[in-house]
Amino acid sequence: MSIFRKKGRSGEKIETQWSTAMRNFRKDKMALTGIAIFVIILIVALVQTMLNPKGWSTLTTDFAKPPSWHHPFGTTDSGLDLMSGCLKGALQDLIIAVIVSTMALVIGTAVGAVAGYFGGLLDSVLMRVVDLLLVVPLLTILIVMSNIFSSGGGSPLAIALLIGFLSWTYISRLVRAEFLALRERPFVEASIALGASSWRVITRHLIPNAIGVIMVNTTLTVAGAILLESTLSYLGLGIVPPAVSLGMLVQDGQGSATTSPWQFFFPAGLLLIIVLCVFVIGDGMQAAFDPRNARRRK
Amino acid sequence: MAQPVVSVKGLEVSFATEGGMLNAVRGLTFELAEQEVLGIVGESGSGKSVTALALIGLLPKTAVVKGSVEIDGEEIVGRAEKDMYKMRGSKIAMIFQDPMTSLNPVYTIGWQIIEAVRSHGKVSKDEAKVRAIELLRLSGIPRPEAALDSYPHEFSGGMRQRVVIAIAMANSPRVMLADEPTTALDVTVQAQVLLSLQSALEKTKAALVLVTHDLGVVAGMANRVIVMYAGRVVEFANVDELFYRPSMPYTHGLLGAIPSHAEDSDERLSQIPGAPPTMLNHAGGCPFAPRCPLAQDVCRSTEPALEPVATADGSVHLSACHFRDEVSSMPVASMFKGAEQILEGAEDSGH
Repeated sequence: MSIFRKKGRSGEKIETQWSTAMRNFRKDKMALTGIAIFVIILIVALVQTMLNPKGWSTLTTDFAKPPSWHHPFGTTDSGLDLMSGCLKGALQDLIIAVIVSTMALVIGTAVGAVAGYFGGLLDSVLMRVVDLLLVVPLLTILIVMSNIFSSGGGSPLAIALLIGFLSWTYISRLVRAEFLALRERPFVEASIALGASSWRVITRHLIPNAIGVIMVNTTLTVAGAILLESTLSYLGLGIVPPAVSLGMLVQDGQGSATTSPWQFFFPAGLLLIIVLCVFVIGDGMQAAFDPRNARRRK
Repeated sequence: MAQPVVSVKGLEVSFATEGGMLNAVRGLTFELAEQEVLGIVGESGSGKSVTALALIGLLPKTAVVKGSVEIDGEEIVGRAEKDMYKMRGSKIAMIFQDPMTSLNPVYTIGWQIIEAVRSHGKVSKDEAKVRAIELLRLSGIPRPEAALDSYPHEFSGGMRQRVVIAIAMANSPRVMLADEPTTALDVTVQAQVLLSLQSALEKTKAALVLVTHDLGVVAGMANRVIVMYAGRVVEFANVDELFYRPSMPYTHGLLGAIPSHAEDSDERLSQIPGAPPTMLNHAGGCPFAPRCPLAQDVCRSTEPALEPVATADGSVHLSACHFRDEVSSMPVASMFKGAEQILEGAEDSGH
């Protein structure tokens, strides 16, 4: 893709949007901290799940034990190691989040771009579809659909696809609004005057200008997807055992929040940290992609 | 004369509006050879920008275009949008009015020029980069290598306009259109930008259509001038002919409205009273008649044809005025002095 770094024969690179953004991002301490924490959680979760795949399904006789060396996050009422559960759940949530946000990003940007750039009838039709999806409560659709799709117990993939299919509307509306404003800017006319096709104008000029908005809202979708999955699990419609998610653990633990608080606070805290990291990263990306904003920080 | 680069015949552009058909351009005809500069002047709404957009096929879809526009022998009018992509940038390029907004803010200057170079024809990235530096140097950017990595917002207006010119000449187009290229710039920068434009023309041998309301720019750049009024050509002449022997009262008015820097000119500028007509349902008669101090009955009833005026050197000088020969022998703008005094009197009595 064109926005990635290119090397000249002399080895001297041509400054591209991507390389500038990356350089700016590297100066953003907040965002870097967010990434670091996020990656650490990811690695620990991966390693733990690989080394001890049975961790969450091995029953012990330690019922509702507080954190100790043997069980750093304590155990559940049924004697399961909570750290294994939290990490496995975090991994599961992240997989769902990646699928959902990718779907929201691709569908939302495509629909918003087409509607905003071409306008007219196409715009009206697409936006009515979006309206339709927005007015019907998301949760209701999910409840109905998840019953149909996951009659044999919630498959994480099916749930991810469902949430993804329903959460692109927000991005599409924002991208459309952004495109409506951007397409009237003179540089768009100038690039058409230089022989750019509609496809070229959209991919090379409009999307790069809207990338900040797109990035931030994609990260919001990531957080939203994790929370939505938690809600579904909480309602018993999401992921079902033996699969595990943080939302499910929070739901299980909330009843004992006062008696054995670790059962609630570890999964909830981990969920909070992950969502916060994603927000901070998104914020940093938006700043990094705006050449003006980022240069001023020097 | 060699094969003309641009050949416009009977160009008509109209827009369907709620009030009826709005005729923005009515019967425009001209030819332009390599390296020739045609100035198109006129007030806002006279149809000059619409003409420029028609030449590059960028009019909104609501526009009805008739007549013929040939660029390098290829017809533009009625051409499918898909085929226009190939023409734009390679055969015909446009320089827009406001350099502050006509560059994409999220890309470096280098990226944008390389993009333009590579968009037509197969050029490697390295070659494109070398060409980009060359183009920047030609358009008068100091330290072009360093400029490649700059963003548009780091450049001043004049520098940006030079970048825009560099992009326009990237594929050596046959014709360049400049729509008010210096209007948004400081006077001191204008001259530099015009110089860049001139060297761009020499390098690419392109023809230039210069749309402007600045007669100073026209005097400095153009070989020939079209004066437009109410969507119509009202005068067409070589630049010297037009400035020394204007043959249409409207041109007199435009020339009289240029501030003079001569020491002895403490006169007030003359102005053309009234406002240009809308081109909605034009009734007939000379469209300038309501504002013309010389208007007679014939002017209000019959629209004058664009016909030749006798010239000393035998060059073509056309004027759309019933009294073209009389007007051409009058001192520049003298006829508007009266109007000036009338307005002044009205102003005094108002106080």
